[in-house]
Amino acid sequence: MAIILTESEAKALCQKVLSYSKADECEVNILGEERGNLRYARNEVSTSGALINQNLQVQSAFGKKVGVATIDEFSEESFEKVVRRSEELARLAPENPEYVGVLEPQTYLKSNGFFESTAGINPDYRAGAVLKSLDLTRSQNMTAAGFLENQKGYSAMMNSKGLFAYYPSTSVNFSLTVRTPDGKGSGYVAKGYSDVNKLDTAAATKTAIQKSKGSVDAKALEPGKYTVILEPTAAAVLLENIFFNFDARSADEGRSFLSKAGGKSKLNEKIVDERVHIYSDPTHPDLPSSPWSGDGQAANKINWIENGVIKNLVYSRYWAQKNNVKPVPFPTNVIMAGGTASMEELIKSTQRGILVTKLWYIREVDPQTLLLTGLTRDGTFFIENGVIKHPIKNFRFNESPVIMLNNLETLGKPERVVSTETNSNYLIPPMKIREFTFSSLSDAV
Amino acid sequence: MQMSGLGLGAMMLPEVPVIGNPVREEQLLNPWLDAASKKKLAETALNAARDKGATYTDVRIGRYLQQYLFTREKQVQNIVNAESYGIGIRVIANGTWGFSATSDVTPDGIAKCAATAVAIAKANSKFQKEPVVLAPQKGVGDKAWKTPLTKNAFEIPVRDKIDLLMKVNGAAMDNGASFVTSNLFFVNEQKYFASTDGSFIDQDVHRIWPTFTVTVTDKASGKFKTRDAISSPMGMGYEYLDGLAAEKIAGPNGLVGYRNSYDMVEDAIAAAKQAKEKVTAKTVLPGKYDLVLDPNHLGLTIHESVGHPTELDRVLGYEANYAGTSFATLDKWKTKNFNYGSKLVNIVADKTRAHTLGAVGYDDEGVPCKEWDIIRDGILVNYQAIRDQVQILGEKESHGCCYADDWSSVQFQRMPNISLKPATEKRSVLDMIKGVEKGIYIIGRGSYSIDQQRYNFQFGGQVFYEIKNGEIAGMLDDVAYQSNTQEFWNSCVQLCDKDDYRTFGSFFDGKGQPAQISAVSHGSSTTRFNGVNVINTGRKI
Repeated sequence: MAIILTESEAKALCQKVLSYSKADECEVNILGEERGNLRYARNEVSTSGALINQNLQVQSAFGKKVGVATIDEFSEESFEKVVRRSEELARLAPENPEYVGVLEPQTYLKSNGFFESTAGINPDYRAGAVLKSLDLTRSQNMTAAGFLENQKGYSAMMNSKGLFAYYPSTSVNFSLTVRTPDGKGSGYVAKGYSDVNKLDTAAATKTAIQKSKGSVDAKALEPGKYTVILEPTAAAVLLENIFFNFDARSADEGRSFLSKAGGKSKLNEKIVDERVHIYSDPTHPDLPSSPWSGDGQAANKINWIENGVIKNLVYSRYWAQKNNVKPVPFPTNVIMAGGTASMEELIKSTQRGILVTKLWYIREVDPQTLLLTGLTRDGTFFIENGVIKHPIKNFRFNESPVIMLNNLETLGKPERVVSTETNSNYLIPPMKIREFTFSSLSDAV
Repeated sequence: MQMSGLGLGAMMLPEVPVIGNPVREEQLLNPWLDAASKKKLAETALNAARDKGATYTDVRIGRYLQQYLFTREKQVQNIVNAESYGIGIRVIANGTWGFSATSDVTPDGIAKCAATAVAIAKANSKFQKEPVVLAPQKGVGDKAWKTPLTKNAFEIPVRDKIDLLMKVNGAAMDNGASFVTSNLFFVNEQKYFASTDGSFIDQDVHRIWPTFTVTVTDKASGKFKTRDAISSPMGMGYEYLDGLAAEKIAGPNGLVGYRNSYDMVEDAIAAAKQAKEKVTAKTVLPGKYDLVLDPNHLGLTIHESVGHPTELDRVLGYEANYAGTSFATLDKWKTKNFNYGSKLVNIVADKTRAHTLGAVGYDDEGVPCKEWDIIRDGILVNYQAIRDQVQILGEKESHGCCYADDWSSVQFQRMPNISLKPATEKRSVLDMIKGVEKGIYIIGRGSYSIDQQRYNFQFGGQVFYEIKNGEIAGMLDDVAYQSNTQEFWNSCVQLCDKDDYRTFGSFFDGKGQPAQISAVSHGSSTTRFNGVNVINTGRKI
């Protein structure tokens, strides 16, 4: 059997598995994926690898007693065994008070996240793409360390109420750090796509080389509050800490940045600048994602923050039922709307500020305020009177993305970025922020 | 770098790396192949690779077991029983590394896998400028090693483990917690290593980590505070949870430290009380303070500011695209007088110390494990290096710190235990605090961040106590300290003695692309650092 099943193959397989069920309710989840990667450092290939993964999970329920069993080898005899095993576990399990039963069939949006171009990536493609990058760094006497990883796969689910969902997808992520031979300059680039035809490793490498050369001989600025222009790669790693904390239950329980005095959540309150619009849309052509969430709920277009107001929170089906509201699944993608300003325009309109191209080692300092710490890395520049004056030494910052989005000056045009912390892809605009707090200097290059 | 464990979906359940597939609890106790059968399979791989043109081959046949339990308040959220079984074959052909792995552990599957590894090596050799040079390693013949333990955690029924966690959660709730989550993590690596050097090594490695987070919310003010367990992950069996009185270390103000035995219920009670106290604790005035750092806190600072910068692959640039490089460059080391820290700072690397996460008999290149100095009397004297690196240091023998997190991952240099030696003169924590005029006593692992060359760092903690004129003056909140690695270690002025020595551990340390996890311990006694910059992390949103 192939690893990547078509929709009809997946459907037939799910039906076969479900046909063995004797439980009150049954749900089948399957996935298959193939991954490949090539890693290089010091201008030479260091490691390469490939991974094939498939998995079938059966959840059976008798009343509120639930059991889950899994297999990774697909064979006729294993399908019945895994169903029996999940039923056996369900009978032994204590009642799960938060079990709300399987979902009725849903209607899903159409989203195209599978590209034949990416699905066809082979080791030769990876070697060729990396060679294009290495040729440039070697010929310019720069030192490259990079990573190229591609993935194709699908996931599908079916339950005893007749729900069926299927979603195939592909992705390719490329990241590269280019250092000057004396170690005084460093530049970075990361690109993520669903369609590999959009990936140009040579063009990306030129960006990293340019940043690396431009960051040599950085000067120290005093730590303090500065106007900053965050490139989307830098903004993403701060903003995703907001995305991860959209959970209604934590907010209602009083342990989230969205909790407030008196025991209520901040739902429907303005929490950031009114120009901030953060939403999810699985059908967005630049960031296609699954039209269904892990539990089978339809992942529809939804606003999280609109006009600066927190409009929706994630409600698990259990928490929604308990609070008598509609469930809201966890998003399958996150997009921040932007403006029209180009990077050049953002810089040109800045009298005194700092251009941040990448942030590193972001950690939450205080969950109450989402205060984060981390450092600038691989190219930080001083802007004066609308032009980049010179590279500056890296800073440590202590800042909350909530405070940051209240200090918003201008938004640029969103672009697809790869989080350097979590590898997640987002659409994020470059942004100009006033009074961003840098707390100390770092000697790191 | 520490795995942050976040990702889309992170809010639903604690997300931790799970390797392998869920299996029945009983299956974790199934006997595995005997050493003779594994040797036979390994020889199939060694021969197949040689036939295809490999000049060196090592084989790891591995069975990796994990049992993870997650609870909150009165509920069991999830129980993971996972098993991963397969073979990884690493070869040198045309002077280049090649690696391939398969779960098809049959003679046919193994032969195919070996052929793929050789083919990859040959293909990648087109990129290679210099051939791989391996430090010699004499074959050790047939050997076996097992984590010394008295209670195999996998033999303890899940029911008993749930009962313990429910007791922990109940104790926290009875003592003022608003919420509590608690977890138990158990890992067993059964791995068989064989190489063309003539080594056939059978190892059975066990690790344990009990932990929890207590949350106290104050509805009126909307404030909430947490306190995590001050347990340490250990290279031990279930006996770590015995809570032996002899392994407790009494600290100031009724605080308790745990050496090689942990009382989870007692710590949960303390945590609930401390989290409650944190809600109304005084916010810190920023400035310079003398810091008294508990081993359960200092371990992470050692990990980030000494452990990572002295990894030779980072120093050389192999991790430049992700984890970064290092300020501890070879030219600094070559001067033989690079002042990493004050004269009191003696830091050793080891993979031998009992009860630690790093302890094994042999590393994943079949090198017998040992102890060596990294910093002696404050001077940087060595790095962490493996077989294809030690010649860069002018050494002829690998340090024995190569590791792969699964049979399917390729082994590379990973951090051994990196520990700060205690004082030789007698000194307790109370003695140390008596000498501090204006300071902060910090316990537990909090927020952490360090730059990509390991100069500038910021650390928080779990609980903070103000020290005024030699005495604890009450709890502080909103504390984090920032420093520069060299400046910080040079501000080390006093250490407690071996009676206070304990290990801190990191169960999910991340490195590499694709990322691999590893577990590592860091021992120290309570240590004093003078004049460190403390910031206030309180904000309003």
